[in-house]
Amino acid sequence: MSQIIRTHTGLDALAAMFARTRAEGRAAFLPYYPVGYPTYEDSLDAIQAMAAVGVDGFEIGIPFSDPLADGPTIQAATQVALRNGVTVRRCLEAVRELRARGVGQPLLLMGYLNPLLAYGPDAFARDAHAAGADGLIIPDLPPEEADLFAKACAREGLALIFFLAPTSTDARIRLVAARTRGFIYVVSVTGVTGARATLPPGLGDFLARIRAQTDCPRVVGFGISGPEQARAMNGLAEGFIVGSALVRAGSESVDAVRHLAAQIRAALG
Amino acid sequence: MTDYSAHTTTALPDARGYFGEFGGRFVPETLVPALDELTEAFENARRDPEFQRRFASLQATYTGRPTPLTYAARLSDYLGGAHIYLKREDLAHTGAHKINNALGQALLAERMGKRRIVAETGAGQHGVATATVCALLGMECHVYMGSVDMARQRPNVFRMKLLGAEVIPVESGSRTLKDAINEAIRDWVTNVSTTHYLLGSALGPHPYPLIVREFQSVIGIEARAQMLAQVGRLPDACIACVGGGSNAIGLFHAFRDDEGVDLIGVEAGGRGIASGEHAARFADPARGRPGVLHGTRSFVLQDADGQITETHSISAGLDYASVGPEHAYLRQIERAYYTVATDDEALAAFQLLCQLEGIIPALESAHAIAEAVRRAPTMPRDAILLVNLSGRGDKDLDTVINALGGDA
Repeated sequence: MSQIIRTHTGLDALAAMFARTRAEGRAAFLPYYPVGYPTYEDSLDAIQAMAAVGVDGFEIGIPFSDPLADGPTIQAATQVALRNGVTVRRCLEAVRELRARGVGQPLLLMGYLNPLLAYGPDAFARDAHAAGADGLIIPDLPPEEADLFAKACAREGLALIFFLAPTSTDARIRLVAARTRGFIYVVSVTGVTGARATLPPGLGDFLARIRAQTDCPRVVGFGISGPEQARAMNGLAEGFIVGSALVRAGSESVDAVRHLAAQIRAALG
Repeated sequence: MTDYSAHTTTALPDARGYFGEFGGRFVPETLVPALDELTEAFENARRDPEFQRRFASLQATYTGRPTPLTYAARLSDYLGGAHIYLKREDLAHTGAHKINNALGQALLAERMGKRRIVAETGAGQHGVATATVCALLGMECHVYMGSVDMARQRPNVFRMKLLGAEVIPVESGSRTLKDAINEAIRDWVTNVSTTHYLLGSALGPHPYPLIVREFQSVIGIEARAQMLAQVGRLPDACIACVGGGSNAIGLFHAFRDDEGVDLIGVEAGGRGIASGEHAARFADPARGRPGVLHGTRSFVLQDADGQITETHSISAGLDYASVGPEHAYLRQIERAYYTVATDDEALAAFQLLCQLEGIIPALESAHAIAEAVRRAPTMPRDAILLVNLSGRGDKDLDTVINALGGDA
C-alpha cells in the first residue's frame, strides 16, 4: 500500500480523500482511536501502523470523564487514557507528533464538548489547525448550539462534522446537510458506540433517505467491526468508521490493531 | 385542588431552552427528535384541561396534596429569632417531593404512547417515586443507580424492587448520580422509540428544566397560599437545598415576583470547600465554572482540562457536579442567593429537627434546615423563614448512625 502524502489541509484534505476513494470505486475507511490507550506511546504507534496499511483518514479520540454516547469498550479505553494523564493539550501534541512521523491522512479530532469549551473554541480551532488536524467531531454538539465552533472552524478552514441518526426527520437531514462541513456522520443505529455482529436492516433505506436530500458525503459509524461489514459499505456510503473493534484490538497489541485495519482495508479492494 | 396552570407561564426559558446564557440542548443527534416530541407533548398537555384534571386529581387522591405547612414552634423558640415554617413535602406519598414530577412525566409518557420508563436516581427518592407511578400506571420501569449510592441508600433499593422496578447498578466513574445519568441516557438513546427518560431534577437538555419546574411548582404555589392563609403574610425568605435543584425551583417559582421575599438555595458543602470534597458548584471558584454536562450549560465542577470532577456529600441526592440551569440564571441576575451547609452542619440540623419537632428530615433537606438554623437567630422575632422540607429521612438512618458513631 503506497503511503498517503498530505497535499491539502482541513476541508480540502477531506475533499481530496473522497475524490481518491470515489476514483477507486470504494468507501473511505476512517478508524477511530483514542489518544492514550493503552498508553500514550502505544496509541501513536497504533495510529501510525494503521496509516501505513493505507486507511483513508482518522478520528483521533480526546478522552472525557463522561462519554455518554459511547458503549463500554470506548468508555473503558478513554478512562484508561484519563488515568494516563491525557489532556486536550496532550491530544494536540499527539496530532503534531503523528504529522512529524509522516502520517499524511486527514486527522479529525473527536471529543465531547466540555473539555473543548474549557480550552476555548477559538483557541482550540487555532491550535488544532496549527498542530495539523483537519477538523472536529463533537458528539454532544448539535448544529443549533454550534455557532461558536462553526465560526472558529471556518476561520481555520477546518471541517466540523454533524451527525444524523435513524430518528432524524427529513427537516433535520436538510438542516444537518446545510451546516456540516466535510461530511455527514451517519449513526447507523439508535444507540451508543460498540461493535455489532451485523449491519442494521434499515441502513440502506436511511442512507437513501439522506441522499434524496443532499449530495454531501455520508460516513457511517457505530457498530461496524470487521471486513465483511466494511465491504458492504462499498457502493452504500462514501465512508465508514470503525472504533470499538480497533480499540479492543489495541488492548492486545499494536500488531493486532495493524492486522485488523489491514484486513478491513483489503476487503474494500 | 390547586390550579397551578395559571401561575407557570413565564418568558423563560426561551424557545431554545435558555435562561439567559444557561440551559440549551447539548445532546447526541439521536435524541434531538425525542426532545422535540417531548416538547410538543408537554405544550399540548399543558393546554389540555383533561390532562390537567387527571394530574390534579391524582395529586389530591394519590399523592396526598396539598401537603401541610407546619410552624416549627420549638425550633423557632430554641433559635430565638425568625419564625420557621416547614413546607412538608416529606408527607407526600413516597416521602419526598420527587413524586410531583414523576407523576407528571409518567402521564406525559402515557400520552406519547411510551410505556417503558428509564430513570436515574441518587438518594433513591426519585427512583422510588418513578417506580411508584409506573406501578400505578402499569408501566415498565428501569432505574439506574450508582453502586456507591445503592450501598448508602439500601432501603430505597429494596423499595424500588418491591414496586416492580428493575434497579441497575452503575459501576462507571464515581458510581454516583452523575454516572447513573450517563447510563440512563445511554439506555434512552438505544431504546428511544419505545422509551421515555423520566429525568428527576431540573436539569438536562431542554425541555426537562421547564417540565420539572412546572410539575414541581405546586410546592411554592401551595406554600405561598398557605402562608397567606395561616400567617397573613409572605415569608422574608424561602430556603431549599439544591442538588440538581428541583425542590428549590418548585418552591422558588411561585415567589419569583415577590420582591420582599429572598430566595436562598443551599448546596452541599461536604467536608468543607477548602477540602475539595463537596458538591458546591457556586461556592468553589477554582472548580465551579460554566460548562456543559448532561445536555445543559450551567455551573459545573470541573478541572482545568474540563474533565468533570468527583463530588462528595453525606446526602446522595445533593452529590452532583452540575446544577439546574435556571439556578445559575437566578444567581446571575441576583434574584436568588446560594450558600452551603457542610456534612456536619446538616447532621446537626438533622438531630435538632428530630429532637425539637419530632420530624426526621432527609439529609438533603437537613442542609436547608442548617441554613435556617444559622440565619434565624440573626433575624428579628417577627421575621419569617419558609423552609422546604423536601423529604423524610427514614432512608438515611444507616448513614446517620454511621456518622454519629452508632450513638444517635
